[in-house]
Amino acid sequence: MAKTIVPIGPYHPLQEEPEFFSLTVEGEKVVDIDVRVGYNHRGIEKLSEMKTFDQSTFVIERICGICSTSHPFAYTRAVEDIMDLEVPERAKFIRTIIAEGERAHSHLLWFGLAGHFLGYNTVFMWAWKIREEILDVMEILSGNRNNYAMFKPGGIRRDIKSEDIPPVIKKLDSIVPTLQMLKKAVMDDPVLHARTKGIGILSKEDSISYCAVGPTSRASGVARDVRKDSPYGAYDKIEWDMVVTQNGDVFDKVVVRILEILESIKIMKACLLKLPSGEIDANIKDIPPGEGIGHIEAPRGEVFHYVRSDGTNRPARHKVRAPTFMNLPTYKATVIGETISDATIILAAIDPCYCCTERMAVRNVKEEKLYNGEDLIRLSQEKTERLREKYNYER
Amino acid sequence: MTREDVLKDLKTRFTDDIIDIFDKSAKRVYIEIKPQSITKVAKYIFKDLGARFNIASGVDARHHMEILYHFTIEDINLLISLRVKLQKSKLEVDSLAHIFEGANWIEREIHELLGINFKGHPDLRRLLLSDEWPEGVYPLRKDYKEWDKKAIRDRGV
Repeated sequence: MAKTIVPIGPYHPLQEEPEFFSLTVEGEKVVDIDVRVGYNHRGIEKLSEMKTFDQSTFVIERICGICSTSHPFAYTRAVEDIMDLEVPERAKFIRTIIAEGERAHSHLLWFGLAGHFLGYNTVFMWAWKIREEILDVMEILSGNRNNYAMFKPGGIRRDIKSEDIPPVIKKLDSIVPTLQMLKKAVMDDPVLHARTKGIGILSKEDSISYCAVGPTSRASGVARDVRKDSPYGAYDKIEWDMVVTQNGDVFDKVVVRILEILESIKIMKACLLKLPSGEIDANIKDIPPGEGIGHIEAPRGEVFHYVRSDGTNRPARHKVRAPTFMNLPTYKATVIGETISDATIILAAIDPCYCCTERMAVRNVKEEKLYNGEDLIRLSQEKTERLREKYNYER
Repeated sequence: MTREDVLKDLKTRFTDDIIDIFDKSAKRVYIEIKPQSITKVAKYIFKDLGARFNIASGVDARHHMEILYHFTIEDINLLISLRVKLQKSKLEVDSLAHIFEGANWIEREIHELLGINFKGHPDLRRLLLSDEWPEGVYPLRKDYKEWDKKAIRDRGV
């Protein structure tokens, strides 16, 4: 019963990754799913072949607005891999600080939206309030709240001033107790347990077969993290833990991300305190012919860049693979057999870029009815409401 | 199992399939294999060596097409790239989608952007390009010139 449904309603090119999901349902139960992507295909791989190596860094920073640093990070590492170059120590630490700040704010953004989908708007408010503090920190460090433009092949473009470090550490310290409070409130909530435990399970076997990456795979008990497996930046020079849980359901994906926020703040602090002095740029002149691979752990999982140089000042080929490309197909393994009211949160648990959920249409075979994104969020929130009544919760 | 063991094992096991091994650095190795051997070698690396499939990348190298299949063996921090060279007259290679699901989407992408056919793929529909995109025009090929502007206008897209 594989049918493709054309989305009804205006198409918003401003939202990133407007994907289209057609779920085939029987009553409440999802029996089949078809995913269509490519509504916002921008041809960046081709575009990158027409830019110089330096210009490409800024083009690919615009691939994603939320994890804007992960692509330049992987790309610069791929270019450095062509010539087997090690960047200066100070640049490595600063790269790590920026990447971790981004992970913290990206996970918080996801966490807030997941709360909203479930009808927990308090979680949404709290998470985004903390995220704001992290963005302030990023502004102090890089001059920008997003799209930091810190990276270049061979090093970084802007140094961190030593007088900025104490206020940043103070700010990071002040976030931790609020985060701990939020973590406790969410992880002890019986309604949230009922709503997310055992829902949308991605088994370990499926996770391996789909080659899932990042928190999506770590929640299924597959301990894979590029930061540990193939250390880059300063990750092998400081103490930190990889977060792995075993069940693969939505709850575990929430837990992995909350704990990773705390780890990120820990890593940022350690890097700021141990920041070595010295150069921040290796001053690359020419890129020799050859090929290079750069892969790093972005908030959503591994970002993979392959760059081939033919000796000119432009890449001959630049392959970009974002983590959602591997994680999104797992939706097929997790959503079939679940109810429509859970479909939104199961998709959100992968942490794709969120507009996807609003591009989702559900066709009810029996009633010939088409649901849109708002209907789905409403269904999801109503289910939480029913559970709240069951657990005698007051609003 | 160390890095050397893995490479030695691959060398002896697939003597007839491997054309060339390029040992680039401590973390990277490029192995060129015959196109007809891809299923066999990829299956061994994925299932028996426990590697993770990162992605495949198709490259138009002007005189031939290349597909690189990147695999990571995390325990020994090694990234193996299997290189397959295809003649432009016969752009066909076996699909890996039945060995692991992760190859499904990327093969669809390479199929539409570079025009390489994957034999035995379960569902070789378009992934990224729109339905209006003309058949037989492959945007990632080097000989691709900007697609006929008139055609865009006439279609009203």
